[in-house]
Amino acid sequence: MSANASFTRDREARVATLLLAGLAFLLVLLIAVPLWSLLSKSVQNSNGQFVGLANFARYISTPALVASLWNSIWVSSLVALIVVPLAFLYAYALTRSRMPGRGLFMAVAMTPLFAPSLLSAISLIYIFGNQGFLKSWLFGASIYGPVGIVLAEAVYCFPHALMIMVTALRLADGRLYEVAEALGTSKSRVFFTVTLPGARYGLISAIFVVFTLVITDFGIPKVIGGQFNVLATDAYKQIVGQQNFEMGAVVGLILLMPAIFAFFVDRQVQKKQVALLSARAVPYEPKPNGKRDFALLAFCLVIGGLLIGMLGMAIWASFIRYWPYNLTFTLNNYNFANFDPQGWGAYLTSLKMAGLTAIFGTTIVFFGAYLVEKTKPAPALRGFVHFLAMLPMAVPGLVLGLGYVFFVNAPWNPLGIFYGTLTVLVANTVAHFYTVAHITAVTQLKQIDAEFESVSASLKVPFWVTFRRVTVPISLPAVLDIAVYLFVNALTTVSAVIFLYGPGTKLASIAIVHMDEMGAVAAAAAMATCIVFTAMAVKLLHLALDRVVFARFQAWRKR
Amino acid sequence: MPNHAAMTSEAPRAPERSFLSIRSLTKSFGPFQALKSIDLEIGEGEFVCFLGPSGCGKTTLLRAIAGLDRQTGGSIMLRGKDVSNAPPSQRDFGIVFQSYALFPNLTVADNVGYGLVNQKKPRDMIIARVSELLALVGLPDQASKYPAQLSGGQQQRVALARALATSPGLLLLDEPLSALDARVRLRLREEIRALQRRLGVTTIMVTHDQEEALSMAERIVVMNHGVIEQVGTPEEVYARPATAFVADFVGRMTFLSGVMEGATLVRVGDQALRVAEAPGFSAGQKVELGLRPEAVRLVEGAGENRLSMRITELEYLGSFVRATLEGEGASPLTLLADLPFNVMQDRAYAPGQAVIAELPASALRIFSART
Ligand SMILES: Nc1ncnc2c1ncn2[C@@H]1O[C@H](COP(=O)(O)OP(=O)(O)OP(=O)(O)O)[C@@H](O)[C@H]1O
Ligand SMILES: [Mg+2]
Repeated sequence: MSANASFTRDREARVATLLLAGLAFLLVLLIAVPLWSLLSKSVQNSNGQFVGLANFARYISTPALVASLWNSIWVSSLVALIVVPLAFLYAYALTRSRMPGRGLFMAVAMTPLFAPSLLSAISLIYIFGNQGFLKSWLFGASIYGPVGIVLAEAVYCFPHALMIMVTALRLADGRLYEVAEALGTSKSRVFFTVTLPGARYGLISAIFVVFTLVITDFGIPKVIGGQFNVLATDAYKQIVGQQNFEMGAVVGLILLMPAIFAFFVDRQVQKKQVALLSARAVPYEPKPNGKRDFALLAFCLVIGGLLIGMLGMAIWASFIRYWPYNLTFTLNNYNFANFDPQGWGAYLTSLKMAGLTAIFGTTIVFFGAYLVEKTKPAPALRGFVHFLAMLPMAVPGLVLGLGYVFFVNAPWNPLGIFYGTLTVLVANTVAHFYTVAHITAVTQLKQIDAEFESVSASLKVPFWVTFRRVTVPISLPAVLDIAVYLFVNALTTVSAVIFLYGPGTKLASIAIVHMDEMGAVAAAAAMATCIVFTAMAVKLLHLALDRVVFARFQAWRKR
Repeated sequence: MPNHAAMTSEAPRAPERSFLSIRSLTKSFGPFQALKSIDLEIGEGEFVCFLGPSGCGKTTLLRAIAGLDRQTGGSIMLRGKDVSNAPPSQRDFGIVFQSYALFPNLTVADNVGYGLVNQKKPRDMIIARVSELLALVGLPDQASKYPAQLSGGQQQRVALARALATSPGLLLLDEPLSALDARVRLRLREEIRALQRRLGVTTIMVTHDQEEALSMAERIVVMNHGVIEQVGTPEEVYARPATAFVADFVGRMTFLSGVMEGATLVRVGDQALRVAEAPGFSAGQKVELGLRPEAVRLVEGAGENRLSMRITELEYLGSFVRATLEGEGASPLTLLADLPFNVMQDRAYAPGQAVIAELPASALRIFSART
């Protein structure tokens, strides 16, 4: 009676193990190997020989490169210091007040997520640039440089910081406030002794996330950075301009560090945050307070107005004949063939890429999460897959993109034929956004009764049948969430794919960079507008579809 | 460790034909031993309850039998076939969970027919079988509803029908009634038992409700801390508990600590109490006496095993009244006595009243002292 003999009788366990092994292989290929390629490239010379830390030594002894490092650090810190307090106050208004229109203000704050990061940079050029109508407000300073970068990054990072702060503030325990009030504590003391400490983990987390987002963002400094060099643009110049792959790898590794650091800080913080809220906590219900609510409303109007303004400026400018001299309406800027050889092709490629990413990404992510969460065999393999799935969270797009360049271009790699194809773009994008999608899937699967698989086994129904007949139908809303998340992000991403596109596969977001580079800022704005409208349309479609899905196919939810 | 000496008087009845046979089964979660060498025989067609406090390993044992969580050591034989390492799909059982685990997006009929569809049975056969099963559990006209539209009791029946659909040889129920309110629970107890008799399917039910186990089971397996304390019929487990734990867990029992004085005499405080028999105990040994509250009688006049006591508290529990009695002297005893309601009314007992309580020798159970 050997355990092995009967194990081979267990077809389901075999299938699950096989599928897990396949998934592990795929994720190693999509995530681990590119990272490894980056690491190894950084310690090799151009002939592929191991040179230890020579590249790093060369980096440190090149003053121009070290200057970028310093630029990146202080710009990122400054943005974090500006954005996080603003996001905190905005989140406070959304969660701790009875201010009217809270849902609307939340939606407004999320708008930057539907645009490529560089859209706000384009808007700033229109407002404060050489032809900008508010140029005088800068007192002679130029928007092309750190000022522009900081402002544009602040807009880009705001929704990310806000989501963290809203989560942190929502976790408040109402009982603490009741006790404080019962003790006659003053409002400001409650704020400093209860509210702020309760949100401190969120604040820390938000600071690190914003820092990482800024330091690894490529689009904004490319568009508005002027002569001001940062790490991300250095990496681009080293790789695309000078073909100096080794130095590019060194820069990539440096960029990886804050991201990894932020990742671990965030994990610690999340553990503590959850522990803060005991099981018996009561959600906090804010009471109306006229003065407070009015002040917060004014604040939110200003911030929300700025965000909408940044979005609207680029959209408006895209319909204008010749800024700032001829403000008449035109669609000429949408005649992309005049500005870029690909014309509308780039937009269509983007749609195709985003669609494929959504389809393949959602399938792999959801089925993968199911295998990890709901099957029994090979616990070590399941743990490994989960680890790989969480890894991209710690890897900025730019770094992953660099890894892909080195991996796909490696002379030994038969996959080199995919360089510049849609396949590699889709693979890279799926890997880039894998973690959030995976977490969404796992969260959904955890809510499903763990005994479904046991019941199926007792009825001799294999797990894949239950996956198809029960798990997927129940999880349809979450599956849709994942698909939309992947689609929108695939549409707006710049930093990872800028190194990977080929002659026939230029994406819309890359076309924006190119058109801006050539001075066709209006066309760049027009292309960005196309992306924004598409992403928002998809989101609206998602909301509508969610309604339909709930109403038509989820009749069983009704009592 | 529980005392097994008293168990010699009632060796577990070995079922005639062993259907399920468990040998030295162990299960560890890391360093924690959830099951410590379990041996158990279950006969064909039996209705067996696993009874024990929360966390004693009942579910763990049930899941090992099902193959849902593999045991760490030991073997499981089903109909004489070793299934210790067989996957659940090769073990021929149906299972009902505490949560029911009904598929929310499938209708009642689809839930019940879930296992049949996979057997590639013809459609009309499946439909016929499903309506037969729904009639069997008393839900003939609910086939097209979704689980969320059913009451808890109805959901429970659907889960039962689904488990029975493939005509399994073994039915496993993990606290099937614990999520229901008391009235529904009582009715379903009877229904499940009647159904089981009718189908003759060997059934194991997990419960931590002693009343449920006593009223439903043919045999009860009392578990504690991962070991079996006693296996026996409800009558055996109740009347002749093998260990102090069983005595305490199944029904109420008052315990009195004492020392053996003679062959059948036990000193408790400043009283000497006669017991019917005390096999394996010798003079000077510390023991514990157990007495069911309903065995205590209030009498007139002195005599053997009669103690002067005072009523300190009366608790009305429906058909009887539970009296707390306190003895006299330096280290007074405390006893519980259940008094039938009519006796109560005739005598008009009240707190503070002095009474004489008789502790019948035949009702005093003797256990070695718990350490
Ligand atoms: N997956 C697990 N990992 C670690 N310990 C476990 C696991 N499952 C069960 N245990 C432990 O094993 C012991 C027995 O658990 P089991 O679920 O069998 O108890 P039970 O008798 O069914 O209790 P209940 O009446 O509460 O359902 C418990 O102490 C429990 O904490
Ligand atoms: Mg249990």
